Amino acid sequence: MNTSLNWIKAMVPGLECTDQEFRDAMTLSGTKVEGFERYNKNLEKIVVGQIESVEAHPDASKLVVCQVNVGSETVQIVTGAPNVKVGSSGQKVIVVLDGGKVAGGHDGGALPENGIKIKKGKLRGVESFGMMCSMEELGVSSEFFPGADPDGIYFLGDDAEVGSSAIEYLGLDDVVYEYEITNNRVDCYSVIGIAREAAATFKKEFKAPVVTKTGNDEDVNDYIKVEVKDSDLCKRYTARVVKDIKLAPSPEWMRRRLMTAGIRPINNIVDITNYVMEEYGQPMHAYDLETIEDRKIVVARAKDGEKFVTLDGQERNLDSEVLMINDGKKAIGIAGIMGGENSMITDNVKTMLFEAATFDGTNIRKSAKRVGLRTDASGKFEKGLDPENAMAAMDRACQLIEELGAGVVVGGAIDIYPVKNERKRITFEPEKINALLGTNVSTDDMMTYFKRLEIEYDKDSNELIIPTFRQDLLRNADIAEEVARFFGYDNIPTTLPHGATTMGKISFKQEVELEAARIAKFAGFSEAMTYSFESPKVFDKLMLDADDKLRKTIVISNPLGEDFSIMRTLPLNGMLNSLSTNYNRRNKNVKLFELAKVYIPTGEELPDERVQFTLGFFGDGDFFTMKGVVEEFLDEIGISNKLTYNADAKKNFLHPGRQAEISYEGKVLGYLGEVHPKVADTYGIGDRAYVAVLDMPVVTELANFDIKYTGIAKFPAVTRDLSMVMPKTMPVGDVEAIIAKRGGKLVESYNLFDIYEGSQIKEGFKSVAYSIAFRANDRTLEDKDITPVMDNILKDLSAAGVELRA
Amino acid sequence: MNERLVKLKENALAKINEADSLDKLNDIRVAFLGKKGELTEILKGMKDVAPEERPKVGQIVNETRAAIEEVLEDAKKSLASKALEAKLKSEVIDVTLPAKKTNVGHSHPNTLALEEVKKIFVGMGYEVVEGPEVEYDYYNFEALNIPANHPAKDEQDTFYIDEKTLLRTQTSSVQVHEMERGKLPIKMISPGRVYRADEVDATHSPCFHQVEGMVIDENITFADLKGTLAEFAKQLFGPETKVKFRPHHFPFTEPSAEMDVSCFKCGGKGCRMCKGEGWIEILGCGMIHPHVFEMSGIDKDKYTGFAFGIGLERIALLKYEIDDMRLLYENDERFLKQF
Repeated sequence: MNTSLNWIKAMVPGLECTDQEFRDAMTLSGTKVEGFERYNKNLEKIVVGQIESVEAHPDASKLVVCQVNVGSETVQIVTGAPNVKVGSSGQKVIVVLDGGKVAGGHDGGALPENGIKIKKGKLRGVESFGMMCSMEELGVSSEFFPGADPDGIYFLGDDAEVGSSAIEYLGLDDVVYEYEITNNRVDCYSVIGIAREAAATFKKEFKAPVVTKTGNDEDVNDYIKVEVKDSDLCKRYTARVVKDIKLAPSPEWMRRRLMTAGIRPINNIVDITNYVMEEYGQPMHAYDLETIEDRKIVVARAKDGEKFVTLDGQERNLDSEVLMINDGKKAIGIAGIMGGENSMITDNVKTMLFEAATFDGTNIRKSAKRVGLRTDASGKFEKGLDPENAMAAMDRACQLIEELGAGVVVGGAIDIYPVKNERKRITFEPEKINALLGTNVSTDDMMTYFKRLEIEYDKDSNELIIPTFRQDLLRNADIAEEVARFFGYDNIPTTLPHGATTMGKISFKQEVELEAARIAKFAGFSEAMTYSFESPKVFDKLMLDADDKLRKTIVISNPLGEDFSIMRTLPLNGMLNSLSTNYNRRNKNVKLFELAKVYIPTGEELPDERVQFTLGFFGDGDFFTMKGVVEEFLDEIGISNKLTYNADAKKNFLHPGRQAEISYEGKVLGYLGEVHPKVADTYGIGDRAYVAVLDMPVVTELANFDIKYTGIAKFPAVTRDLSMVMPKTMPVGDVEAIIAKRGGKLVESYNLFDIYEGSQIKEGFKSVAYSIAFRANDRTLEDKDITPVMDNILKDLSAAGVELRA
Repeated sequence: MNERLVKLKENALAKINEADSLDKLNDIRVAFLGKKGELTEILKGMKDVAPEERPKVGQIVNETRAAIEEVLEDAKKSLASKALEAKLKSEVIDVTLPAKKTNVGHSHPNTLALEEVKKIFVGMGYEVVEGPEVEYDYYNFEALNIPANHPAKDEQDTFYIDEKTLLRTQTSSVQVHEMERGKLPIKMISPGRVYRADEVDATHSPCFHQVEGMVIDENITFADLKGTLAEFAKQLFGPETKVKFRPHHFPFTEPSAEMDVSCFKCGGKGCRMCKGEGWIEILGCGMIHPHVFEMSGIDKDKYTGFAFGIGLERIALLKYEIDDMRLLYENDERFLKQF
């Protein structure tokens, strides 16, 4: 919404403020000003002049030398404007005097911040004491000034007074404010609405336009009949008739105001319609009455599949929820959106039907969307207008018709208004208002605010009576906001809640996640964030089986595109893309982690949202580097017993010989491995890459932060080294399982200290050496304690096909 | 005998003085004081000394031994310290050579900002709670006073799964879950991902983060809301930070406000960051709408409360002066390492 300050001032007499003061005060009282632009910011010493003579330039064929009366004197100005002809005189022109300033060049390009200075000088040897301007040089598009020659200077009307300010004459001594109006304040999508707020903000009186009675002694009912069939979608329908129409340009003042709203003037009828829409926020439509068959208007829903040509010449597809304006035989307009080509006003119009109606906001919004046509009118209607405003706007428009002599208004008005919009009543509870705000505003002060907002008070019932245009005021909290706005948000004290003390805390789940991030960062991994949605093509990139259950996803019904259309069921795509980005930007040794959700369909309405701890890297390190990070983390959160690694993790996207599923006490925690070279290639990662994924809900369930000190061993440990030869294919994990199982309580730890495959070892075998530490906490162990345990271990090892070496 | 002892002592001291290594000192000790050393030799002559003289001579012998030992010890110390000095000298390093770093990873700027926000509110007694991202329409809209056909529903460009479920457009949905739990008073914040159908550009992302906050208790006022958020702003942006509340509209709060903070770069004078305004818009807030209480089954006559919503990316971009939102989701390590 844009309004000019002069238009506002016309309704708020005595409003005095700087441009910035207006902006700040309005914003703080709730009408947020996004920005403003003063037309005459860089316009100085610009007056109305009159050309007295035009002579040819002695040395330049494209220049002419003019004598221009600027009131106090006559000055010589040389111009190259093609519309100033030798021998002509009498034209009223815009003159920038020596030392003055204009906003821009005549090409209408971007305006320089500080304008352009105009100084006297010589043009091809002839002195020139100023410049005659086009509208573009004043910083305004000539499209708002019909008749302006786009290549030449602008000629003013005969009523312009020589020597007076051309800026004032052109209405450029004005500021345009742009507001952000919230959708609850429908009333503020109009100049009147903003002016009313401005009056309340600056404690001035609001003066609405004075609308006089209009119409001749004829009766509109002799011209037209109106029937509203679907009154659920049309709360009010008003209509009047104007005959003997004389189309003409509208007067300067109206054109200037339309310019401030960014509306191009067309002719008096169209301009009046637009003017009233801006002023009252009520869209209107004009039909050529001659085209209305049976002299009858019927407001009713369209039929499915019906087609209709709107006045822009486009054919529109309708359905049974689109409200139409029909005559006795056919449709003539889409209600609230756009009129039809078949009934539009043309230059030959004699008699017209003026319509101001209140259509259902939601229906208009949805219809506009389905029909694919959003107009200024539908934009207003969809906010849900006040039906009381319709007749007020109609009367204002007819008043302007008479004032401008645009036609003869027929007496009387059609007004179909089955359920009157009554003023709401809200019990006045000043204590509750103060309690909610934490203030101590007096009842008298509140009453002052209410009066400025046109909220009345009924003493007998202790009720506030709300004007119909304030559809947002429904209950005490809404009234509290009005009090707060005009008491001033700034004046409300600042306190802290002083109820019962509450404990600030984070959940156990969040603590485990923090720990994951801490360990990952400690191990050199930086935190990544990737989108939760991705393309279904991801599953092929990751080579998932056709029937993999991860292919079953939550699908977004209106995605931004296929690439963002499904909620991810595994977190690798984001990680691999991020690694790839880094690889392609030649970053070395990149390590990333992410803590974010996957969304697993459950068959219920909502998916299972599971946080995944995903790690990925390329560069320095290998499978066991990644395994180390995983174990560091799990150990840190109390998952410190032996983990099980199953090499048969069945992850197609991982290297078949370098992947493992990680389990703990029989529960699967996740997996890790080297990215399959084909997948790495698909993602454009030209190096070995490793990933690990931990399913945090399972991890969190097993985690605990309980720490119990177990004492430092008092008795020495006894170590035994075990050197063996075993089949290459047999995992050392099997050896460890035997040591752990047969070693019992006495085994304190065991460490792999050597592994070797090569010339001294027979083909298909490897040499492995472990050091086992035994310890008891109550005595020094002796051979007789250890030997039987070792025997047990050795027995099982040899049964498993492991040969002992000397 | 006396003379011999005096001579021995002089002889020994002279040698000690000349010695330039610990080995040599040891040789001297053995030569003079050892079992077969000179002093022992002299002692063998004791039997020739008159018995009444013996104690006296014995004393002299002991004194001689002690004197030599003392000097030996001093010499040893002095040599050791010289040796150490030489060693240290030979071990001088160039301390300006590059450090050997443990390459620790870095937090994402969003997380960094979130941790700051969390710390502030947890310190003020708020609990950090979470809610689902794939959500019922009811929790995201209807229970927040945004019924079907409300224009706000269109404005938020919602991603729908089906008629009933959607990707939440705001963390405000968590408010409703917390209120339904019915455990009062409530002081909570809830961070998380939210989604809106905005095309990716320098200031938009279809997937971003918010932090919701809510307090419900008896006698909570708009003044409490102002005080709480002013304190938050001071802690987050520095003690000099000023705040400004502007009336605004949200369907689920009444009265509602937007909060601006004085520009933390220029202090309010106006600069590029605040677009010359001196103020930066930070969050939306308000008193919880009575109808929201009604729908969640909380007694609106007994309780009042406030709520606020902060865009995390906005905080991160402003605080760390990041000029393009897309950087947050590219995960270029050269970017991440700066946080």
